Amino acid sequence: MSGTALDPRTAPVFPMAARAAMGDTQLRKNVRHATDVIQAKRARVVGEMPDWQELRESGRRIRQHTMEHLDVYLEQFEENCTRAGGVVHWARDAAEARRIIVDLVKATGSDEVIKIKSMTTEEIQLNKALEAAGIHPFETDLAELIIQLGEDQPSHIVVPALHKNRQQIREIFQRKMNLPDLGEKPQDLADAARMFLREKFLRVKTGVSGANFLIAETGGVCVVESEGNGRMCLTLPETLITVAGIDKVVPRFQDLEVLLQLLPRSATGERMNPYNSIWTGVNAADGPKAFHIVLMDNARTEILADEEGRQTLNCIRCGACQNACPVYRQTGGHAYGSVYAGPIGAILTPQLMEMEHAQSLPYASSLCGACYEVCPVKINIPEVLIHLRNKVVEQNGIMNAEALAMRAMGIIFQSERRFRAAQRMGRLAESPLVRKDGQGQGWIGWLPGLLGGWTQVRDLQSMPEETFRDWWEKRGKNGR
Amino acid sequence: MHWNTGYQEEALPLLARFVAQFKGAEAVVVPSSSCVAMMRDHYPKMAEQLNDAALKHDVEELLPKVFEFSEFLTKRLGLEDVGAYYPHRVTYHASCHGLRNLGLGDGPLRLLKAVRGIDLVELQGLEQCCGFGGTFAVKNAEVSSAMLAEKTTAILNTKAEACTACDNSCLMHIQGALHRQRTGVQTVHLAEILASDEGTR
Amino acid sequence: MADNSARSVVLERIRKATGNASSLEAASAEWDELRRGYRRDASLEHDELLELLVERLRDYDAQVLRVGPSGVADAVKAMLQARGVRRLVVPAGLPVEVLPEGFEFIVDAGFHPAELDAFDGVVTLATVAIAETGTVVLQNTPGQGRRAATLVPDYHLCVLYAADVVETVPEAMDRLQATATLATTFVSGPSATADIEMTRIKGVHGPRFLDVVLVGGGEAN
Repeated sequence: MSGTALDPRTAPVFPMAARAAMGDTQLRKNVRHATDVIQAKRARVVGEMPDWQELRESGRRIRQHTMEHLDVYLEQFEENCTRAGGVVHWARDAAEARRIIVDLVKATGSDEVIKIKSMTTEEIQLNKALEAAGIHPFETDLAELIIQLGEDQPSHIVVPALHKNRQQIREIFQRKMNLPDLGEKPQDLADAARMFLREKFLRVKTGVSGANFLIAETGGVCVVESEGNGRMCLTLPETLITVAGIDKVVPRFQDLEVLLQLLPRSATGERMNPYNSIWTGVNAADGPKAFHIVLMDNARTEILADEEGRQTLNCIRCGACQNACPVYRQTGGHAYGSVYAGPIGAILTPQLMEMEHAQSLPYASSLCGACYEVCPVKINIPEVLIHLRNKVVEQNGIMNAEALAMRAMGIIFQSERRFRAAQRMGRLAESPLVRKDGQGQGWIGWLPGLLGGWTQVRDLQSMPEETFRDWWEKRGKNGR
Repeated sequence: MHWNTGYQEEALPLLARFVAQFKGAEAVVVPSSSCVAMMRDHYPKMAEQLNDAALKHDVEELLPKVFEFSEFLTKRLGLEDVGAYYPHRVTYHASCHGLRNLGLGDGPLRLLKAVRGIDLVELQGLEQCCGFGGTFAVKNAEVSSAMLAEKTTAILNTKAEACTACDNSCLMHIQGALHRQRTGVQTVHLAEILASDEGTR
Repeated sequence: MADNSARSVVLERIRKATGNASSLEAASAEWDELRRGYRRDASLEHDELLELLVERLRDYDAQVLRVGPSGVADAVKAMLQARGVRRLVVPAGLPVEVLPEGFEFIVDAGFHPAELDAFDGVVTLATVAIAETGTVVLQNTPGQGRRAATLVPDYHLCVLYAADVVETVPEAMDRLQATATLATTFVSGPSATADIEMTRIKGVHGPRFLDVVLVGGGEAN
């Protein structure tokens, strides 16, 4: 896998990318295994909760309510965070966010930063901007470390390196950490990462993080993690810079009682993840002396403005939809050409691109609904997919083969006469392609053009000699 | 198909036609869970979009009378044993729309269990999508094929003679691969099983 | 504010998107009415939920000892001996009664991370614990101290009082509401990752060993 950032602006269309991904046996095996494991864990801990559906409903309402009043909650957060000693910055888009963060790091005099995994920083391609400014970012999540040292890209929201197995990871660590005798057990690899990173935690003066939740009522920020590297980056450096999409805000401290139940059970199938950190502004005797937070829009307000797309912003980045998705299961995350992959990626990425890119993503779904079933905040992903498909169709206009075919079929379906005529024509058109089997049933093994996708691995029964209507009419009102 | 692929404008006239055709029926029984899901999930919204109050009213009146085939038997008629006889080894695939949109639950399985002579064997991953997804099967043929491969593997592992479901789209899709691979395994709609008796071949 | 123009632009975009400029009063009123049909109270008896907490903690490979109020120091001694630790950092305000003889306890004087790294471990109290999830919550208060001190040393011993144990997450948030702006850490087992082939590995960063002395409530072990 290449180290070029996943960028929806330049990624190949999903069917092409999927085809390439599916040729990687290793990837497919890992993805199947990982998603099976997390799904089973999730099912178990969700099954323990008699009030799971109520939690989901409250989760949905809290998020929906927040979006409806996003302006006041952001202002309230800003006021409370500032009062507690934090410095709040606003960014209209990714470029502005990058600029602010790079300037803040430069102002500290650091040429290194330690980073906690943050989808938002990947979304804005922050690392590239830091490197360009002569600042080296050290990723400290084990998976992100694996990705960074391996010059790769994340393939899952919660388990970004799930496409790698232990041998591949060991090989990367051996090379990049200079540990020729490194053992192969997962514990050996984790120990190696611990030593490698500990040195950085104790030394590097500037930390960069994302945020899971911004609490308007208190001005507090909450980070949810498993490994402890988050706590390291949030408490040990002198300066902490956090970047968060404006959709991360929640109204009150109490709302965490819902979200901190939904998130760990959905994301990693745990009753609670190992560490949650909540801090408010700056405390002279505890943690960084300086705290900056960048509130970023980057097209979220566009999504907010779309009544049917708005629910996309409910997302709490748990990744449960990816684990449940039968399409993701076959392709893994890279095929989606974006840091947000799977079902949420299929709706979020095109909208963040303001529908100018990633138009193939809303079609990367069979609309099975498994994602909606597991979404802790009840985003009706299939509904949003259909809505976005409509937007793509309107964008593409009528002058293309598919649109013309769809229109023609629509016209045929509207009239019984035309429908019967089409059936007769269909029987005629298919006849050269039909071969009868030993029982007189006709089968088609090859279809031309667009329809050829079907016959790659599937046969198609030929049309029946007698349609249902013919049969019905023959039998009359009383016949059998 | 139109609505799900994004062709909303083309789909709207079909709504009016459906309503016109079936208005006044005591019950409309549909041997396809995806069609019923389409209607329940989208028709009311579509009628809104058309800004036609009369149509909207007709849709509201008609929808409660539209039933997927298995739910017509179990929920509307309260039946489980319809007197069928089907002495074959059968496995059941839970179509996505029936499972998640219509909440058919174990209805189809209860109907199958009551069939005399049937050897019903559980399909591993029965809730997993077969990969049809309408135009998805063609637009994303590669992924669709991969999903289908997992489904047919699971079916073959049951050693069933036939796979059944409430949705012909799934069955056509599954049959496509089962036949291509010359497995000899058939697909059969739930209705066909329930309509079988001693006289059926 | 450093960036007035971006701020106004973003807020203006939001107002345009939602169709109105909201107010805190309107938002508050609506928030009060939000549906909350999930469990907000304990369903177990207190003794049962203490047992549940112990079970959950042991699930995380934490050692747990239950004692009456007079047995704390002895229990702490037993655990420290079992772990083979000798020199520990403690936060200011930790009651001396909980600390046994025979070990070196040094009050945290704002040590640098490298100095914290040189200790064998840390001993603290806790604010609240959640039985259902096996979570211990620490805040920056006397007896619990700053976050770095419970993060860098490899071993953490927590002295927890039965009265501070609740069953559910909502109950815990209730207890934390009054001190919501203090630096707060929820600890649920030692750190873990499943990033290598989905095998859960314990102890990447943060203390690899966590022990709890649970004081009071029902029969002591």
